[in-house]
Amino acid sequence: MTSKRFVLTFPPDATGEPITYNLIKKYDIMVNIVKADVSPGKIGHLVMEMTAPAKVLKAGMEYIRQHKVDCEPIEKKITCREDLCIHCGACTAVCFAGALIMDRNSAELIFEPAKCVICELCLKACPLKLFSIDLG
Amino acid sequence: MMAKKRSIEEINQKIRSGKAVVLTAGQVSAMGKKMTPAEVFDRVDVVTTATFGPMCSSGVFINFGHTTPPMRMEKLTLNNVPAYGGVAAVDAYLGATETAMPHDQYGGAHVIEELIAGKDVLLQASAKGTDCYPRTEVKTLINKNSINEFIMFNPRNAYQNYNVAVNSTPKIKYTYMGTLLPAFGNANFSTSGELSPLLNDPELRTIGIGTRIFIGGTVGYVAWNGTQFNTGKPLNELGIPVGNAATIAVIGDAKQMSTKYIKAAYFEKYGVSMFVGIGIPVPVLDEDLAQRVSVRNRQIETSIIDYGSGNFEILGRIDYESLFSGEISLNGKKIRTAPLSSVKVAHEIAELLKKDIAEGRFYLTEPVALFPKTTGLNKLEIRL
Repeated sequence: MTSKRFVLTFPPDATGEPITYNLIKKYDIMVNIVKADVSPGKIGHLVMEMTAPAKVLKAGMEYIRQHKVDCEPIEKKITCREDLCIHCGACTAVCFAGALIMDRNSAELIFEPAKCVICELCLKACPLKLFSIDLG
Repeated sequence: MMAKKRSIEEINQKIRSGKAVVLTAGQVSAMGKKMTPAEVFDRVDVVTTATFGPMCSSGVFINFGHTTPPMRMEKLTLNNVPAYGGVAAVDAYLGATETAMPHDQYGGAHVIEELIAGKDVLLQASAKGTDCYPRTEVKTLINKNSINEFIMFNPRNAYQNYNVAVNSTPKIKYTYMGTLLPAFGNANFSTSGELSPLLNDPELRTIGIGTRIFIGGTVGYVAWNGTQFNTGKPLNELGIPVGNAATIAVIGDAKQMSTKYIKAAYFEKYGVSMFVGIGIPVPVLDEDLAQRVSVRNRQIETSIIDYGSGNFEILGRIDYESLFSGEISLNGKKIRTAPLSSVKVAHEIAELLKKDIAEGRFYLTEPVALFPKTTGLNKLEIRL
């Protein structure tokens, strides 16, 4: 089984295709919606984790894209200017997903984008404003 | 049996001959697990301590140099951030937390960091004009090479211990202790624990007025006790204050500082602050100090305070080993912890200072005067 997080970007004229429903029913993909921001007539974003065998996941992504919905793995959407990080740890205070943790031995910040749930709290919590999240 | 003792002069003599044994506070804390204070005393001459945390009570004095004709700058800004001009003609003080507008994320600390980096900064000033200072307006660019003095003077730095902040309310709180998640969602703390300068000499036997220190990447001095210096805080069984107690006022030449150890910061919905890197050597003069510098995170405690409810109630006491572990327990509830002060950079500073002392570039000082032994804090009474 493969588990990956994706950002789905819906065009303003998205069809009424029930994409998440079909991913579950037709493809048997385990779907966990992390964040949704979809309004009629506007570009919409859906952040979700999909779990399935790699082949099925690939077929699911193709299905999504067939409906003019962009589907990008989440790692590409998160940035932290780690070269400027002072390792204060303020961001770890708000990261309940565990994507930002302090290494106990080195006292350094460890950032694992794969664990991120895009709550965006780190953007505000970092006193040096080193995080940016681009949802497309 | 004679008590073991050595003087600062003896230590400096050893530094001069390249024989001084200098360790960081982290290294001595590890040593203290296995050795008695007498054994630590025999092996170590100097212990370097350090901290790199947000210290709001910081700023710089600048002398801009005179224009022709001269001007007594009364109202002035640097990159639009107001600086205080109510001193002599072209002197000003720029505070780290100052901003042009209340919610700005750019402030005095950012201007200071840019000046240290060697960048140009926009100076705008106005004055009423006098017979001796006829000029009334000026607008120009300055940088650290164009100005005369650029002196960092921080009235309250390096707090001896600090509270742990939690939030009992159902709403997220944005504070100088970082973002506090609702319903005890996290616990934030801000000292470097066993590395922290004033926790390694809790009775301030060796740190006083005139003590030579590392500040912002260069050599500086302790100018005075810091503001809100308080010896009245409760102590734990090792005599270490459980909460924010002593502070130091520090001074140094900002022209020689590095943006690696002076960093502007913005805390969401609180405001601008500045990370200041401070390192202080503690001479191991006797077994008492050997014991003090051997202190470990588990032996240092602080108070857990509710920053959410508005009355800053003390909810408990916790040690730094637990805080650094990433999780504490409060009234049976597990709470994730997060630091706000960079232990990584504090380690770097302690190592730098250790190297400078061991290689004879930094000598220890006897305090010119010690800090007050008993002080408390007045509250501000509303009399109108």
